[in-house]
Amino acid sequence: MEGIKDKVAIIGMGCTKFGELWDKDTSDLIVEAAYEAFEDAGIGPEDVQAAWIGTVFSGVTATTLSLPLKLQYIPATRVENLCATGTEAIRAATYAVAAGACDIALALGVEKLKDAGYGLPPPPIAENEIGETGVSPLRMIPPPVAFGSQAIRYFHRYGLTPEEGKKLLAKIAVKNHHNGSLNPKAQYQREITLEQAINAPMVSWPLGIYDCCGVTDGAAAAIVTRADMAKNFRADPLYIKSFAVSASARQAAMTQGGDFTHFEENVRASRAAYAEAGIKTPLKELDIAIVHDCFTITELLIYEDFGFCPRGEAKSYIEDGVFELGGELPVNTDGGLKCFGHPLGASGLRMTYEVYKQLQGKAGPRQLKDPKLGLTHNLAGNIGHGPVVAVGIFGSELG
Amino acid sequence: MVGIKSYGAYIPFYRLSRDEIAKGWGGRSLGGEKAVANYDEDSITMAVAATLDCLSGFDREAVDGLFFATTTSPYSEKQGASVIAVAADLPRGTRTADFSNSLRSGSSALASAIDAVKAGSASNVIVTAADCRLGAPGGESEQLFGDGAAALVLGSSDVIATIEGSHSIVNEFMDNWRGSGDIFVHSWESRFIIGEGYMATVREAISGILEKYSLTTEDISKAVFYAPDPRTHATLARSMGFGSSQVQDPLHTTVGNTGAASALMMLVAALEAAKAGDKILFVSYGDGADAFILQITEQITKLGERRGAKGHLEMKRMLPSYQRYLQFRNLVEMEVPSLPEPISPSPVVMWRDRKKNLALCGVKCKQCGTVQYPPQRVCMNCQAKDQFEDYRFSDKKGKLYTFGPNYFLTRYPDPPEIYSFIDVDGGGRLLLIMTDRDPDEVKIDMPVEFTFRRLYEGRGTGKGISNYYWKCKPVR
Repeated sequence: MEGIKDKVAIIGMGCTKFGELWDKDTSDLIVEAAYEAFEDAGIGPEDVQAAWIGTVFSGVTATTLSLPLKLQYIPATRVENLCATGTEAIRAATYAVAAGACDIALALGVEKLKDAGYGLPPPPIAENEIGETGVSPLRMIPPPVAFGSQAIRYFHRYGLTPEEGKKLLAKIAVKNHHNGSLNPKAQYQREITLEQAINAPMVSWPLGIYDCCGVTDGAAAAIVTRADMAKNFRADPLYIKSFAVSASARQAAMTQGGDFTHFEENVRASRAAYAEAGIKTPLKELDIAIVHDCFTITELLIYEDFGFCPRGEAKSYIEDGVFELGGELPVNTDGGLKCFGHPLGASGLRMTYEVYKQLQGKAGPRQLKDPKLGLTHNLAGNIGHGPVVAVGIFGSELG
Repeated sequence: MVGIKSYGAYIPFYRLSRDEIAKGWGGRSLGGEKAVANYDEDSITMAVAATLDCLSGFDREAVDGLFFATTTSPYSEKQGASVIAVAADLPRGTRTADFSNSLRSGSSALASAIDAVKAGSASNVIVTAADCRLGAPGGESEQLFGDGAAALVLGSSDVIATIEGSHSIVNEFMDNWRGSGDIFVHSWESRFIIGEGYMATVREAISGILEKYSLTTEDISKAVFYAPDPRTHATLARSMGFGSSQVQDPLHTTVGNTGAASALMMLVAALEAAKAGDKILFVSYGDGADAFILQITEQITKLGERRGAKGHLEMKRMLPSYQRYLQFRNLVEMEVPSLPEPISPSPVVMWRDRKKNLALCGVKCKQCGTVQYPPQRVCMNCQAKDQFEDYRFSDKKGKLYTFGPNYFLTRYPDPPEIYSFIDVDGGGRLLLIMTDRDPDEVKIDMPVEFTFRRLYEGRGTGKGISNYYWKCKPVR
């Protein structure tokens, strides 16, 4: 298996402000993200040879994208993998370029959630969902409940008291809020204190309001091309080192002995991505990781699943500040889902946008010192119905 | 000889003090408490619970009939007995029927079951009755009515009580009624309906059956007769000359008047205390009366453990307020979070998944033995294709692997909803919501059992469809 390392590069990206964008519809978000990416790459929509639109709830078929951008009869496809949809859009575009099917491709992720109250709107094609969601709670376990149940099990396994556990999770929220306060595109741009995080209203024990990401509108886009053409467009392209995906068969939720203190899908996808990218010691080799902190507990489990720290030892790593802006491996430097919220189709590309800007040295007040290798991660679904995990690895240099 | 082979009962976990109701409206409390169905219970779910209690230690494959009696079926058109039969995982060849519209429907079902067995057209018929009637707020019925269910198996071998004889009378009489579409039970003036209606009719039925079988009141070990309220019950007993030890407690102060289930639940309570040789007089009332004479056999000592009326009476929690009762019975419109409506049930999916959803059936891999739910085509463990046999979870117990409490992302009353991952004894991990629980008692490894509940009622194209499914509850 040859893999895609260094075959494709990102030459332009765009990202809208994320938030409760009452005055913008899906098309507005698409136009804003796409045109920022076009300008950044120095191309126009007419240069795009193929396109992928990632959205879960905000439209069916690729006309969701081709209509607002007035794409002229080029190949275009809608992709969906729930919370990993954004990463799937750029993965599809990257594979097409790597295969030689096109030279310049657009990947765009969008989600317009805030037209539907607190919850998610019904899926656009509902036939498959009627039965199971209509009848069995398996398909409708609310995300905070599913992830909270893992926190309860994690505390139980490692002997953390409720107070110790709450405090540990709160530290992740405080870190991400600090990072978000340095990011003008974040939905939430203010610091919080440990006490605020610990004492916030409960959503699903042990997860309080500050342990959960918001429900948000947003879009992000990337232009990819052949690595050997990248420097024709810009001096500082981002080279794609790897994409890896791992899909669950719901083993953990349906099997006795299935473990809730980790995600096997995280382990499998991260190891596959490390192998393709040639990474052996992730904590040392990676300079930045933008991961799927839909809930604080998720970020904690990711540290262990991705080998950033040994199993059961996240606590001491968190307390030592390893994942803070000045730490050994800064995680969610842009504020993460915690501060950006989670417009499902957009999040994977929003994460890529942060790695892209950091590796180009354009991340403003939260800029890391000379990062060269970064990782993005999405976890779609939850342990109740079985997650799908997507990982991307990007570098500023070839080789 | 035709008789009762097994019995079971169900009384909801929640009770409401009548003082709480009186406090709500400033009226007089009738004293004691009433059983209140949880928000996810109705007559069908309670009948399922009583039926499963009745089937404890009983071979389900031997059942060939199930008759369901209620005045509060969630459906005006659509059988309840078929839901109960499938939930109890009874054989496909089971004859089912609903008996409705009368408080006497429980004994009507019983009489039909007796006749079916006697005629040789059925050998093991379940008779189950459940009711969840509503009295209008502020009225006496609101305090009197309680919710509950009872079940019997009728057959001709290994009977614990033989049916010695019966006597029925019809009496066209407007004492209680509900027009179609009425939520609350209406009653006429009590002096008329008790004196001319209940007293006269029940006395006539009792005198009739005693005379028919040449018995006197002294021959009766226990008199089990329906009455609308405790005072009327006591008055009738006195007027017939039954001594207090001869009279079965009508459960009015502990459960309330459970309508079509009331007389049968009293009978279950009487059977729990009965000994071989006892003669039981059983009388049900409503649009006339049905009276039966039962004789207890030696077989009664061989009946296995069950909860019955006694066990369920001991398992209870008081509702914290009258308002919570109003909410459970959907008598007030509550503020709901702006969450999307649950997707309306699809009759196609309900039919296709009936064993999974109604009988809580998963599968067991014939190749590797792995038990799994929901049913699969390819084994979770060994990936063998289509090598499964059905595996019923509903009568198993399990322990809690982990859980998540849902405080506000829910449209259901009584949050938090406890989503529970359960490791089932004998294999399999299930995700179900926990009901009849105190959120503070929920912890990892706690033992749970399964209970049939109503998740919600459909809207839109599925308007009026009750979406039943299983939940778990703490083992008590």
